[in-house]
Amino acid sequence: MSARIVVGMSGGVDSSVAAALLAESGHEVIGVTMHLAGSSSRCCSLDDADDARRVAARLGIRFYVANYKERFREEVMLPFADAYLAGQTPIPCIACNKRFKFDLLLARARALGADAVATGHYARIATGPGGAPHLLRGVDPGKDQSYFLYNLSAEQLRRIRFPIGALCKSEVRQRARALGLATAEKPESQEICFVPQGNYAGVVEALRPEAQHGAGDIVDRAGRRLGRHRGVHRYTVGQRRGLGLQGLPGGPRYVVALDAARRRVVVGGGDELLVSGAQIGGVSWTFEPPAGAPLRARVQIRHRHEAVAARIEPGPGGTAKVHFAEPVRALSPGQAAVFYDGERLLGGGVIAGALS
Amino acid sequence: MSGGRIYLDHNATTPVRPEVVRVMTAALCQCWGNPSSTHAEGAAARRALDCAREQVAALTGALPGQVIFTAGATEANNAVLHGVRALCGGGRPHFAATTIEHPSVLEPLRAFESGGARITWLGVDCDGRVNLAEAAAACAAEPALLSVILANNETGVVQDLPAIAGLAQARGVPLHVDATQAAGKIALDAARCADWLTGSAHKLGGPKGAGFLVARSALALPPLLRGGPQEKRRRGGTENLPGIIGLGAACELARADSARGARTAALRDRLWEGMAKSIPRVRRNGSAQHALPNTLSVEFEQVAGEVLLEALDGEGVAASSGAACASGSIEPSHVLLAMGRTPQQARASLRFSLGPANTGEEIARVLELLPPLVARVREAAP
Repeated sequence: MSARIVVGMSGGVDSSVAAALLAESGHEVIGVTMHLAGSSSRCCSLDDADDARRVAARLGIRFYVANYKERFREEVMLPFADAYLAGQTPIPCIACNKRFKFDLLLARARALGADAVATGHYARIATGPGGAPHLLRGVDPGKDQSYFLYNLSAEQLRRIRFPIGALCKSEVRQRARALGLATAEKPESQEICFVPQGNYAGVVEALRPEAQHGAGDIVDRAGRRLGRHRGVHRYTVGQRRGLGLQGLPGGPRYVVALDAARRRVVVGGGDELLVSGAQIGGVSWTFEPPAGAPLRARVQIRHRHEAVAARIEPGPGGTAKVHFAEPVRALSPGQAAVFYDGERLLGGGVIAGALS
Repeated sequence: MSGGRIYLDHNATTPVRPEVVRVMTAALCQCWGNPSSTHAEGAAARRALDCAREQVAALTGALPGQVIFTAGATEANNAVLHGVRALCGGGRPHFAATTIEHPSVLEPLRAFESGGARITWLGVDCDGRVNLAEAAAACAAEPALLSVILANNETGVVQDLPAIAGLAQARGVPLHVDATQAAGKIALDAARCADWLTGSAHKLGGPKGAGFLVARSALALPPLLRGGPQEKRRRGGTENLPGIIGLGAACELARADSARGARTAALRDRLWEGMAKSIPRVRRNGSAQHALPNTLSVEFEQVAGEVLLEALDGEGVAASSGAACASGSIEPSHVLLAMGRTPQQARASLRFSLGPANTGEEIARVLELLPPLVARVREAAP
C-alpha cells in the first residue's frame, strides 16, 4: 500500500538509497535535510544539503531543508559540552536520533500529512508477539547502528522505517550506483557531525568558554600528583596519549577515572581499567523484564564493542546494575550500555559509573 | 510551473510575462549585435538598448540618460553604496539606513562598519514604518548617504518617502531609494527626489539578471565594474541586451497597466479577510494602510511557518517565510524582528505576494486549504 513518508536525508549514500527504495516501491516520499549544526560542521554542511537535493531531484521527490539549528545547539551540543565538563564521554548521536531524527521529524511528518519517517540507519524493526515493535541489529555486522537507537519508544518505532537495515553497505552502494545517485561514492562519515577533525576539546571550549580554565592535576588512585592537565574534557577513560607521563616506572598509565569536581584526571595501570560491573541510569526497555528478576543478556558498552555476556539487575527509578561475566575494559561514563538477546535489542541506558 | 499550482510568491520573483518572453526571444534570435559596434548589427542593438532605456526612464520618472543598466538590484545597490564610499575618500564615512533594508544594502554596510565606517541604523515601529524622529536625527548628523527601502519585500510596507526625503533634503543628505519591490506595483512619483533609485526586472514580470540604477545626483559615482566604455563609462561590460530588452518591456507593461494595483489589492484583501474569519489566532504584520497592493504578511500564532509552507507546497500553493539561508532552510525575518516581533512570532509568519495573473478562484481555493493545514501543523507541533 502506498503511503506518504518523510525521509531524513543527510546527503550521504545510506539515506539516499533509503529514499530511493521507498520511492521505487511506490510510496510518496518527501525528502527533508535537517539543518542542525552551524555551517562549519561537516555534516549538515551546505554541500551535504546540495547532495541530498540532487538525489531528491533524481528521484523526482519533494525536498526541503528544515532549520533546527537553535534547538540542536540547546538540546544536543550544549549538553554534549556539559557532559565532557562533568568528566563523561557523551554520545550526542543518541539524543540527536531520539529527539531530532525521530521526535521532531515525526512531528513534521504529521504536519505534512505523512504516515511515517524513514532514515538510512542500519537497523531493523520487527514486530513481536502481541504486535509490539522492537529493534533488531542491522544485517551488516560492520555497520549495525542499533546501539544508537536503543531508546526509541514503541510508539516511535511503529512510525519509523529503516529501508536499508536488511542490506549490507556494499549492496547499498551498488543500488546507489545503479540508480545513478550523486552520493554513490561518497566517503563514510564516522565522527560526530559537529566535531570537525575529531577536535572534541575545541568544540567543547567554543560552546563553554570556561572550559579553557579547567586545568588541574593528574593523580594516581592514591591521590599522588603525577602531572598537570588542561581540563578534564580533554580526556576519556582508557586514554593513554596526551598525559605526558612517559617513562614513569611501572609501565604505561591510562586514564581510569575523571573527577570533574576536583578537576582531577586519575590514572593507573592497564589492569585498573578492568571493571566487573556497571551502574546504569536512564534505562529504557523494549521488553519490560519481569519485576525483581535478574535478566541474562549480552551488553554492549560502546559503539565498536562486541557485546559481552552479563546479568542485568533492574533497579528503581530507571536504574540497573550490570554484572559482566568477564571484566570489561575502559567503561566510560556517559556512553550507552545496550542490552541484546542475540539480534534483538532489549533496552539500554547511560553508564553512570563502575560498580565497586 | 502549472498543473494547478497557485503561485503567491511574486515578491520572490515573478513569472516572465508572455509579451516579455516574445520580445526577448526575438532579441536573442535577431538582435544579437554588440551595441558598441558601429556596423548595422551594432546599430540595431544600440537602438534596442536605447529603447529599453526610455522604457525604464518612463516608469521611474527619470531621463533616459540617468538610467544605468546593471545585472540586478543587488549590483545596483552595491554600486551606489561602494560609489558613495569611494567618494568619501580616506576619512571615516558615515552612512544611515533603515534596519529593514534588503541584504544587498545591509551586507555592504555591515562590511563598511567592520572596516571602520559609522552606520546609523534607523528603526521602524511595530507597523514597519521608519521612525521619522530617528530619521531626522540621523540626517542632522549629515551622513554621506541615507538609504531607504521604499516598499519592504517581506511585509510590503511602504515608507513615508516624501517626509523622509524632506528631512534628507533639508540637510543636503544624498538619498538612495531601493525601489525593487515598489517598481511596477505602485507609482514612483515620490521617488523622483531620490539621488539614486534602484530596481530589478524579475520582480515585475521581466527576466532575472537585469536591473537598473537611476542616477539623478550631481555626484558622479565611480563605477563598481570597470571595463569598457559602456553605459557612458558608468558600468563596464557588454550589455546583457536580451535581459535589458526584457526589463524595458516589463517596465512598459507595468506602466500601461496602472489599474492592476487596485485589482490585486482587492484579491489580497479578500485573502486576508478570509483568513481572519476562518483561522483562529492570526495577525497581519505591518501597516495595512501603507502597503503594496499585492503583499500580505500573516502571523499564524504557534505555527512553524517553515512547516506550513511545506504543507502548502504539497497542496500546490507557493508562498514564503522569512529569508532562505544558504542551505535552503529558513531563518526568521530580520524585518519582523526589527518590528519588535519575537523570533518565534517571526518564524510563525508567512508572506503571500500576489501577481496580475492570480484569480479569485485561486484565492478561494487557498482559503479552503489553509484552515485545515494550519490546524494540522498546530496539532503536530512537537
